[in-house]
Amino acid sequence: MQNSTPKDIGSINFGLMEPEEYREMSATKIITADTYDDDGFPIDMGLMDPRLGVIDPGLECKTCGKHSGSCNGHFGHIELAAPVIHVGFTKLIRRLLRGTCRECSRLLLTEDERGEFYDQIDDSRKLGRDLNDVTKAAIRQARKKDRCPHCGEIQYDIDHEKPTTYYEVQQVLASEYSQRIAGAMQGDEEAGIERTTPDELAEKTEIDIGRVNEILSGSFRPREGQRKAIEKALDIDLTEEDTNKLMPSDIRDWFEAIPDEDMEVLGINPERSRPEWMILTVLPVPPVTARPSITLDNGQRSEDDLTHKLVDIIRINQRFMENREAGAPQLIIEDLWELLQYHVTTFMDNEISGTPPARHRSGRPLKTLSQRLKGKEGRFRGSLSGKRVNFSARTVISPDPTLSLNEVGVPDRVASEMTQTMNVTERNVDEARRYVSNGPEAHPGANYVRRPDGRRLKVTEKNCEQLAEKVDAGWEVNRHLVDGDIVIFNRQPSLHRMSIMAHEVVVMPYKTFRLNTVVCPPYNADFDGDEMNMHALQNEEARAEARVLMRVQEQILSPRFGENIIGAIQDHISGMYLLTHDNPRFNETQALDLLRATRIDELPEPSGVDDEGEPFWTGYDVFSELLPDDLNLEFTGTVGDDVVIENGQLLEGTVAEDEVGEFGGEIVDTITKVYGNTRARIFVNEVSTLAMRAIMHFGFSIGIDDETIPEEAQARIDETIEDADDRVEELIEAYERGELESLPGRTVDETLEMKIMQTLSRARDNAGNIADEHFDDDNPAVVMAESGARGSMLNLTQMAGAVGQQAVRGERINRGYEDRTLSHYKPNDLSAEAHGFVENSYTSGLTPREFFFHAMGGREGLVDTAVRTSKSGYLQRRLINALSELETQYDGTVRDTSDTIVQFEFGEDGTSPVKVSSGDDNEIDVEQIADQVLDSEFASEEERAEFLGTKAEPTNLSEYADDRLVEGTEVTSDD
Amino acid sequence: MTEVAYDVDDDTVAVVEDTDLPRRLKDQVYATLEERGDATVDDADELAKAVEARYLDTRVDPLDPVGTVSAQSIGEPGTQLTMNTFHYAGVAEIDVTQGLPRLIELVDARKTPDTPMMTIYLEDEYATEREKAHEVVWKIEATKILALGDVSTNVADMRVQISLNEDTLQERMITPEEVAEIIQDNLGVKAIQQGTQIEFGPEEPSYRDLLQLVEELREITFKGIEDISRVVIRREELDDGSEEFILYTEGSAFGDALEIEGVDASRSTCNNIHEIHRNLGIEAAREAIIEETNNTLAEQGLDDVNVRHLMLVADMMTNRGEIESIGRHGISGSKDSVLARAAFEVTVNHLLNAAIHGEVDELDGVTENVIVGKPIKLGTGDVDLRMGSTTSGSGRAD
Repeated sequence: MQNSTPKDIGSINFGLMEPEEYREMSATKIITADTYDDDGFPIDMGLMDPRLGVIDPGLECKTCGKHSGSCNGHFGHIELAAPVIHVGFTKLIRRLLRGTCRECSRLLLTEDERGEFYDQIDDSRKLGRDLNDVTKAAIRQARKKDRCPHCGEIQYDIDHEKPTTYYEVQQVLASEYSQRIAGAMQGDEEAGIERTTPDELAEKTEIDIGRVNEILSGSFRPREGQRKAIEKALDIDLTEEDTNKLMPSDIRDWFEAIPDEDMEVLGINPERSRPEWMILTVLPVPPVTARPSITLDNGQRSEDDLTHKLVDIIRINQRFMENREAGAPQLIIEDLWELLQYHVTTFMDNEISGTPPARHRSGRPLKTLSQRLKGKEGRFRGSLSGKRVNFSARTVISPDPTLSLNEVGVPDRVASEMTQTMNVTERNVDEARRYVSNGPEAHPGANYVRRPDGRRLKVTEKNCEQLAEKVDAGWEVNRHLVDGDIVIFNRQPSLHRMSIMAHEVVVMPYKTFRLNTVVCPPYNADFDGDEMNMHALQNEEARAEARVLMRVQEQILSPRFGENIIGAIQDHISGMYLLTHDNPRFNETQALDLLRATRIDELPEPSGVDDEGEPFWTGYDVFSELLPDDLNLEFTGTVGDDVVIENGQLLEGTVAEDEVGEFGGEIVDTITKVYGNTRARIFVNEVSTLAMRAIMHFGFSIGIDDETIPEEAQARIDETIEDADDRVEELIEAYERGELESLPGRTVDETLEMKIMQTLSRARDNAGNIADEHFDDDNPAVVMAESGARGSMLNLTQMAGAVGQQAVRGERINRGYEDRTLSHYKPNDLSAEAHGFVENSYTSGLTPREFFFHAMGGREGLVDTAVRTSKSGYLQRRLINALSELETQYDGTVRDTSDTIVQFEFGEDGTSPVKVSSGDDNEIDVEQIADQVLDSEFASEEERAEFLGTKAEPTNLSEYADDRLVEGTEVTSDD
Repeated sequence: MTEVAYDVDDDTVAVVEDTDLPRRLKDQVYATLEERGDATVDDADELAKAVEARYLDTRVDPLDPVGTVSAQSIGEPGTQLTMNTFHYAGVAEIDVTQGLPRLIELVDARKTPDTPMMTIYLEDEYATEREKAHEVVWKIEATKILALGDVSTNVADMRVQISLNEDTLQERMITPEEVAEIIQDNLGVKAIQQGTQIEFGPEEPSYRDLLQLVEELREITFKGIEDISRVVIRREELDDGSEEFILYTEGSAFGDALEIEGVDASRSTCNNIHEIHRNLGIEAAREAIIEETNNTLAEQGLDDVNVRHLMLVADMMTNRGEIESIGRHGISGSKDSVLARAAFEVTVNHLLNAAIHGEVDELDGVTENVIVGKPIKLGTGDVDLRMGSTTSGSGRAD
């Protein structure tokens, strides 16, 4: 294993295999259907022949001498008693039978036609089109021929009885031809057809009168020309269909004679796939490793589906041979032949329409070759495109606000299972020994070591001390994950690239992965039981790439809309809102407490002195401490006021969702684009800790009392709803009187529905507005809705005002009983109440009927989500599959892997979707740059170099190294 | 030396031309320099470098897997789209498929959309005068007999009697004679027309034939385009503040509509990308795909998806000069690699066909390389860089 050079697959050729090739690659011929003898040993030349490979550990393969695990297995073969058709090619076989001569096997096309189709095949091949289309056209052309253009033989129609039977259909003279002629000569008085005398017939058909009499008496069978003449003269049909079954052996003989040149015209490569190879004479037997048998608890062996099928084939094959040798009647032979065909067919595909699937004893259909390849769990999608991997872990996630967004808390038991390979050198030999001496159980330990001679040793509690002494330069140590290692972290469904990001490990006690809450949006994670996967990287290239390209901070900007996807969420936003909305004042202790988890360890100058002479700091000033010193920004904020930041000082506005939130918080976005990812990471980390301190300072809770409104407000709400009910009643009356005017393009019924819906939705809004009036600005629900932390005013309306109209399919609820929704209402009741208008609020509680309607609306939502996820999942898969090969090149073009140019510049201007917000048009303002460059406003030479783009950006390092690069101080999260 | 249309000296030209800027930005740099007048060559160099730095910073990196990123950017918000097929787009009177079903329909490149519609802009006086605009409406909207008058069947005489409404006839600009003639041509019966009355019947008295005739009569399109069942006319304000009439149609026949006098072919569109392809060509179809997908997303509040992603999808779909769908019957089904096709859908058939045609998989693409376990040729996998070892052996870290 160690010494074998890794083989690189250059290309893969597809083709059919010749029977002789099957025999050559076969390790043994299989003749017995039995698998094991009484002692449990595999029978020689049986289906479990030890030459086919080994599955039991400890045994040696008789063909290659390797042990189970390293021996891939070897094919065997079965000599079929009679040829059978390969089910996969039935359509092509039919086409070839129809398109080639039954006598000389040549394609039924003239030289000109052949040339034409040959050119077409050539074009199709070059253009990458489907060759089958040309093949079909060529066969259609060939089928038109009655006679072979080469040998002149008459061609018959081929009938295909699915799946694997072919008939040759000829029109032959019916046996009772004389009666038919005589009958027709009688004439039919009613239809006005006159009698025909033999003389007249002879005259019409120009057949000798003697012959006519002979024909009439049935003693002479008319030739084809004569038959046609008689048919024409008497307007009758003298033929009947004669079907002649083509046995696979006949077809094989037929195909053997098709010349190679003719195959090329049909797009078949004769070198790789001769058509006669579609008829099997030898059946390859897959190695036992492809169909391992399982030993059950009671010691019984349970064989694989494929083995079962092979047993069937061998049995029938033997019976066939015995019967044939014994000279059994043709009928029995044919039956056995068909049975053999059935078993070989189902061995390859057990889902052929028209044939009953082969079943297991329990009645479960067998999973044979095709079924193994097909579908999501099949070989291609399930085992080749997606593989199970080592060095991965999965567990529940939980939040940990003390971690940096770049980090992930890894449980110690995971960390001591996942390992990293350490190449021991003189420089790290002490470190390596320390790991090994800790053994596999203690946390920063090691699980395996590899000696310079390639031998791998397991580190155990017993040998760890001894091994540690032996470890020296040149060894490899598989040490446990430790703080600062880089791992890949992922949450399914992986819908975009931010679903898989690299984190730095922080080893922690207990059993869950810990995340900073700000990385929830890119993963779309929450903590209601979500699980995530972790992958430990196994080579230096991978680790470097993960660090530079995949670290969370590198993914702050989303390529979908070019703004930050990571930012403050939920309570962070409420906290920032509380901190900055009314610009509250804090004394020294409070201000220091707010900033204690950030890098700031010294307060700025106090914002002012209060009445008691104590210095105070405002929320703005505290927040501004986190901003880069030279940040200038001005925009309209979440609350609707202008947010003004000058020289890193917040002067005006409230900081909330649109400022620091996920999905395009302006400040985070600007910091990322202007000051870089590392600065942005520090900012987001600090904003979130500051916000949590702030929300803890003010206190934030919500309860049912926060949504309860005074009685007089409730009375007003009831009034508006009654009003709306009246108006709906009026509409219904107008409708019943036929006075309702329909809107353009709508029926009266639709108009009524629309108007009622409008009225009721207005009523709900009014109720909400009334309720709103009674909520103070410091009401927690209002704070959350205003700041954009969670919920909306609509939610509040539904809690305090009225829940409103329930809808199914965008309409009022109309289903249920005949002409009514529930038996509580009269038929054809159009009122608001009878169609799902909920006039209560969630706080006041729903009536049973309202509750029922509400559940209807809710159920629709659930069903909708379920349908949507599967549909959009498939859409995503198709999109990815179609576009996955596209890549920008050094010349700016977008090409696929076969170098077809799809775009000359990505998105017409070559602009990166990550770096430019989708709303911006990315105009480079040369004037402004000129102002800055030429009128030199740089504080230092370094800054100037940065602006000119001559200074190289710092390389990505680790969480701790990064901090040293930015403003020299370190982030310490100590709470 | 490149000729420059700006008043700058040769050295300046040299330093500016030396950058990797596109023409348009180079010209802007020249313009700025010219305006300032006093800029030295060093200044010019610095300015050009600064602009270049800014420009390169916002460009896509070479070897970026833009395809996958675009696909994800469109697919990911798919979960947020609604499933509700029917909703109103701009015009409340016309139902249009929206949300996820519409997006799937576009990507599938269906021959006819679920709810075909056209937006027709008008030219000159047709756009401003209601009368004129209506003239166009009548030429487009399919006029059926029930819109022109009342139909009654006289069972006793086995006759179908139509009494036409004179006002509607005038409004729709069709004469009773024309109506009678169209009936004769379409039904093959003799129609007797007297004033606004038209009468006809089956040749031989038969109750079934009579009813059959009435059925057929209702299907006849007397004026307008058959496929267009309804036209809504709206007065809308344009970006420049002027107002004009715009027609929205239910059903589409883009080619026919463009021929009609008064229709502004340069602005009118329809939501069937195949019709646009047939009538205006592949580039227009590409535009239409971008426009339609963008509108579909925007309607659901997802207009923040970068258009560049939609462009890439549209470019991929129109790359061969005809509209290819995304999926088994289109792009994914016509890939060069057997393994890539087999891994997508209909696995077994692709393998069997490949065997017959003796195909060779060169393992260029992504899926194939994943299958055989080689690094894929995208991004960092497309770079073949190795660090050379220095024989001197000093100064080498690690």
